[in-house]
Amino acid sequence: MNRIDAAFKACRRDRRKALVAFLTAGDPDLDATAEIVPALAAAGADIIELGVPFSDPMADGPTIQESSQRALATGTTLDGILDCVRRLRRQTQVPVVLFSYYNVIFRHGLDRLTAEAAAAGVDGLLLVDVPLEELDEVRPSCRQAGLPLIRLVAPTTPPERIERICRDAEGFVYCITVTGVTGARAALPADLEAELARARAASPVPVVAGFGIASPEMARTVAAHADGVVVGSALVKCLAGPGGRAERIAAGAAFIASLAEALRPTGGNA
Amino acid sequence: MTPTGHYGIYGGQYVAETLMPALQELTAVFEASRTDPAFLAEFHGLLRDYVGRESPLYLARRLTEHCGGARVYLKREDLNHTGAHKINNTLGQGLLARRMQKPRLIAETGAGMHGVATATVAALLGLRCEVFMGCEDIERQAPNVQRMQALGATVTPVSSGTATLKDAMNEALRNWVATVRDTFYVIGTVAGPHPYPAMVRFFQAVIGEEARRQILEKEGRLPDAVIACVGGGSNAMGLFAGFIDDPAVGLIGVEAGGYGLATGKHAASICAGSVGILHGNKTYLLQDDQGQIRNTHSVSAGLDYPGVGPEHAYLHDCGRATYCTIDDREAIAAFDLLCRTEGIIPALESAHALAEAIRRAPTMRPDQILVVNLSGRGDKDMDNVTKARAALAGKQGAA
Ligand SMILES: Cc1ncc(COP(=O)(O)O)c(C=O)c1O
Repeated sequence: MNRIDAAFKACRRDRRKALVAFLTAGDPDLDATAEIVPALAAAGADIIELGVPFSDPMADGPTIQESSQRALATGTTLDGILDCVRRLRRQTQVPVVLFSYYNVIFRHGLDRLTAEAAAAGVDGLLLVDVPLEELDEVRPSCRQAGLPLIRLVAPTTPPERIERICRDAEGFVYCITVTGVTGARAALPADLEAELARARAASPVPVVAGFGIASPEMARTVAAHADGVVVGSALVKCLAGPGGRAERIAAGAAFIASLAEALRPTGGNA
Repeated sequence: MTPTGHYGIYGGQYVAETLMPALQELTAVFEASRTDPAFLAEFHGLLRDYVGRESPLYLARRLTEHCGGARVYLKREDLNHTGAHKINNTLGQGLLARRMQKPRLIAETGAGMHGVATATVAALLGLRCEVFMGCEDIERQAPNVQRMQALGATVTPVSSGTATLKDAMNEALRNWVATVRDTFYVIGTVAGPHPYPAMVRFFQAVIGEEARRQILEKEGRLPDAVIACVGGGSNAMGLFAGFIDDPAVGLIGVEAGGYGLATGKHAASICAGSVGILHGNKTYLLQDDQGQIRNTHSVSAGLDYPGVGPEHAYLHDCGRATYCTIDDREAIAAFDLLCRTEGIIPALESAHALAEAIRRAPTMRPDQILVVNLSGRGDKDMDNVTKARAALAGKQGAA
């Protein structure tokens, strides 16, 4: 069984919802990433999404834009990120999904990247700007490498299209919770439940919800209708907070622990 | 082009899922409208009575004499209402927005001409309008910022990245992702995800259709070549559209050479770029070996963009069109020459196309014909030309 499936299976066994943690690889540098990931896994992150920094992150709000800029400023490259995953694999078996804009992957070479990523210990690939219509371009390389291609559903996606996207989904499905770019929000839209229900009905794999989730309370509310939640900008903010490296990592881990706690069956009531 | 908006390997719809349903709705409405007599009658009626079309095809006699070779005709898009070709497209998209009952328009702008043209159409049709513009461009093109504001648009400064056109487009896309239910994104060039490249070409094709008819009336024959500057490539695609099925007519696109290709400070995506994916389409880009988009430079804000429309990428690969570069210095020399020989102040963007004509004409016979797209007027550029002259003189002094 691959690491993503195993992670969801463990969650089901423990009757808790999966916690997916997004961070930008290389923010502020890759040595930090190599330290942060095991700390987040130990604090209760079930899956790690490693964002590949891009100069023009069109789907991201200010938090992740700035994070990407910091990562690029310290010379983060795709080769460096794969090296970092190889290092991580000596310490942790937490599933790692590469989360990227297509251009960085395309420029590296799709066949080369998928093969190298799978060999390095990456468990899935998510391309934010490759919708269903362009998926055929990337699918063969991912198949060849045995790398699940994670699909996205949005609040604007019509029901029939949700079904087409989810039908042959692999790994997990990522339901975007807000009509907008990434970034922590104070509240989530009311029609989220219907989107999640449709995706779960259509998908052979678990469905997680993300974008905007900023607190244990929000995580718990959303998790009631999904198999897991993704936390991104709020974590990235935490990891870029005040103090030195050790303090920032501790803050990120504490935040993850608070979310993980909220996702347990007795979450928040215990 | 395939029905999915692919030109060979180029084009496509590389956007976040959130935008896909909107793009599909737009494609359907555009496809229905492009053959709808009522829509076309309104579009062409406004082009005539509001924009002031057709625009003249003017034989530049003194420029021709000065060059000493091919006869140089200018397609006078600078005489359109708002002073550039951009209004052809914003009018078309504005009418589509009204059809789709979207009360709000957003746009990105570099030189400000597309922003002004979008703000104008928003006022004409009673729609709200917000224009995203890089901070650097707001400084370079201040008169256009005031025009947009006078027309009732909100101009939102963009300070992320390089604070120029590409960043304005990033920000417009981010805004659109959040507002897609009530907002129509008016893209200003033949780039972006399908259907934009095809749709903008359709609305700009009036340039080439008129130019073809006009040159046949005046000369009884087709030109040897047509020349246009290429930022994203909309004025070029509009002109090319009229001649693309005439294999004897050369199609020449002129990219911004900036300080020269060797310096790396330019905006020549086709001549010096590589294939990649940005702003929803696969095309030639200026990027580093890691796929990060590079900073560009051009004296003209409207050409200062690291990508190019996918159909141009395709026309380049298959050889139907030829792309070359003109640097800042050559563009300014062409600007000066047109001012003094013809009494026409061209936009710095258009001056790039002119400069290529000035380079080619002397190598051609007097019975040969060049048609140059004078895509816009240069009032907005007076300050820039002065500053750029000083900067270039400084560079020369330092060299
Ligand atoms: C007068 C003028 N010409 C040309 C351009 C470049 O755009 P495109 O290549 O889409 O025609 C601009 C863009 O702002 C412009 O203002």
